Amino acid sequence: MTGTIDASPVSADGLRQQVRDFLASHDPASLPQVDFLRARFDAGLAAVHYPPGLGGQGLPRAMQPVLDAEFAAAGAPTNQADRNPIGLGMAAPTILAFGNEEQKARWLRPLWTGEEVWCQLFSEPGAGSDLAGLATRAVHQDGPHGGQWVVDGQKVWTSVAHHAQWGLLLARTDPDVPKHAGLTYFGCDMTQPGVEVRPLRQLTGEAEFNEVFLTGAVVRDVDRIGDVGAGWRVAQGTLMNERVSIGGTALPREGGMIGPAARNWREHPERRTPGLHDRMLRLWADAEVARLASARFRQSLAAGQPGPEGSAAKIVFARLNQEISAFEVELSGADGLRYDDWTMRRSGAVDFYGREVGYRYLRSRGNSIEGGTSEILRNIIAERVLGLPAEPRTDTKVPWKDLPR
Amino acid sequence: MSTTAPSAPTGKGTQARTIPDLLYSADEQDLRDAVRSLLAGRADWPAVLARTETSQTYDTGLWRVLAAEVGCAGLLIPESLGGAGASFREAAVVAEETGRVAAPVPYLGSAVVATAALLAAPDAELLAGLAAGTLTAALAVPFASRPAAELPGGVRVTPPQPGDVGGQARLTGTIAGVADALPADVLLVLAASVPPDSVPPDSVPAALYAVQADAPGLTVTPVVSLDQTRQLADLALDSVPARPVVTGPDAAAAVRAALTAGAAMLASEQLGLAEKCLEITVSYLKERYQFARPVGSFQALKHRLADLWVAVLQARAGARYAAACLAEGDPDTPVAVALAKAACGDAATLAAQECVQLHGGIGFTWEHPAHLYLKRAKSASTGFGTPDWHRGTLASLAGLPGPGAA
Repeated sequence: MTGTIDASPVSADGLRQQVRDFLASHDPASLPQVDFLRARFDAGLAAVHYPPGLGGQGLPRAMQPVLDAEFAAAGAPTNQADRNPIGLGMAAPTILAFGNEEQKARWLRPLWTGEEVWCQLFSEPGAGSDLAGLATRAVHQDGPHGGQWVVDGQKVWTSVAHHAQWGLLLARTDPDVPKHAGLTYFGCDMTQPGVEVRPLRQLTGEAEFNEVFLTGAVVRDVDRIGDVGAGWRVAQGTLMNERVSIGGTALPREGGMIGPAARNWREHPERRTPGLHDRMLRLWADAEVARLASARFRQSLAAGQPGPEGSAAKIVFARLNQEISAFEVELSGADGLRYDDWTMRRSGAVDFYGREVGYRYLRSRGNSIEGGTSEILRNIIAERVLGLPAEPRTDTKVPWKDLPR
Repeated sequence: MSTTAPSAPTGKGTQARTIPDLLYSADEQDLRDAVRSLLAGRADWPAVLARTETSQTYDTGLWRVLAAEVGCAGLLIPESLGGAGASFREAAVVAEETGRVAAPVPYLGSAVVATAALLAAPDAELLAGLAAGTLTAALAVPFASRPAAELPGGVRVTPPQPGDVGGQARLTGTIAGVADALPADVLLVLAASVPPDSVPPDSVPAALYAVQADAPGLTVTPVVSLDQTRQLADLALDSVPARPVVTGPDAAAAVRAALTAGAAMLASEQLGLAEKCLEITVSYLKERYQFARPVGSFQALKHRLADLWVAVLQARAGARYAAACLAEGDPDTPVAVALAKAACGDAATLAAQECVQLHGGIGFTWEHPAHLYLKRAKSASTGFGTPDWHRGTLASLAGLPGPGAA
């Protein structure tokens, strides 16, 4: 891990010095927060792996903690990354990889500072695992600067859409070609009248996500990311980042879902049975091995050996969360029959540990569906890691408009 | 414990700690390549299968090359005694490779288990012989022994015979189902120094003795074993001359250390076997056509293989963690070994069972290696503690006591 840091042109100490120099001329206590963050971006001290001139220095991602620790020690305001998870986790890498220079200059700074929140307009009621089959239409209209696109359709499972200024939109621009070839990728202004955001209530009672109705929404052609018809390739890049980000954080032992279950076990000797004991030990062992596997994955990433283990980590994370929370409901006996709150409300984030076991049990059902179902991930592992042949398909060669639906 | 005292909020094993390097170093990869190329030439599966039906189930010729020329026998032994001064990290890589081919060599029994016992003793003379590859040793305990507080008994010290020199002892008793005893020159035998029926068992002082394989009064009987690639032996000792190697509590500690090391390295062996089973099954499913398409294109089979790949990935993290903890003498070693033996044992048996099933009819025949891996996987899963037993140790190690314990 340290090898990566040592090999980079700027050392960790050099980076710390840059931060100290920056702080000497930008007092976090007196500057307005947004001004401080913009200046930090302009100084290349936002995200070290972003390119020079765009908030970073083209350094390895592994050096980011050095930077963040130095700013944290000075009590500087952060960009509140958890308010803009799609923007930072998916939009920024997509814009960096596929956007043009004008788009990078326009979008990245307000994205990183949190002034502009991004959401992702991919899934539709009729296109879940089969994302490339989506039906939202974008029709081109001529005009200056490449004209504009008029968009009609419905998107779903859109988190933070109600806060978002921008959406990563995947839409069908040509229904007369096979489905993967007829898609185009856009940055869509979420604040216009043609975009309606409605909360989507989920089985836990609240709404983390939204439905987004696009009715004559207008997207300028200059906000198109990648070529017309190249949307699928751009979307693949976005989704790769989604899978890498899941299961990617380091936790201490008992830091995950196993923590509350183990505490419950220790605090309630009267709830223990031989069968539950066997499951407790099995789940504890599996959770700890999964934690080690996730650490090993991060070690291999840091050593510059990116592997396909991200898909595995997500499958394991989903399975364990579901099994552990199901176990904990049973362990809780009569307490497991109570639920904390069915009230419909907006919920910004998953709160696995601040809520009761019933919520953990219900919310974790989504872990094997969101961000790629476990079944799709198994296909990906089988085909891309193990090299097994794809299933024969009937949907990839015919024009999208002729597919059964 | 008083009922008013607050119970521990977290288990003993839950404190935050840094996870050691779980990857393979360049040196470890070189070692792997050397061992793999040797085994590819001399332990291909037809040869391994054929040997299981002979009277010499261990390939002592191959073992001599692996032990002395490649230097695998002395990996754990310090350079001052002629060894390589390497660690359990390297030893684990060799175990993965011997596991991949179910190699009929006493690497685990001699270079890991007996060596670990002698290192704990320590016994420089025997270690020097082991390091040189001129001596093969085995710890005379049942293969199913667990690295537990209570150690296997069955042998006691009996009165000296006329002409016995000072310090020499005589041992009498039986030990069933010992792994890697058949090719051993020296057996390490744990024996009670007084008749076990005269004092309470837990107060019986024990010692670990070295017994020559050709000593008078020793009978080593091959067992028809579930896994003939690691054929077990029953030992009968009738007033066999023996030399004490380590006495008192240190003897029990040496045996426990050896069993712990054995369990961890057996986990790595199982990791190698699981990986091999996955590889040959994937490869077969790409070639095998039914319904005019490769059977590997059917989603039902792809998902099973994806799940197996995930299980192997998890097992590898467990095995590497155990090897790293042993290498560093980490206090988390008992947890690490339990995790590794449980994860790798389950992954290996799953992999071998899937290997048989997904090969279909051919996988059920004698003329296919799947059964070699199946028998090795299932036997090794019991060796040095089943997955279930190892998970059971977490009850105390992780502070998760069972029903009835407050």
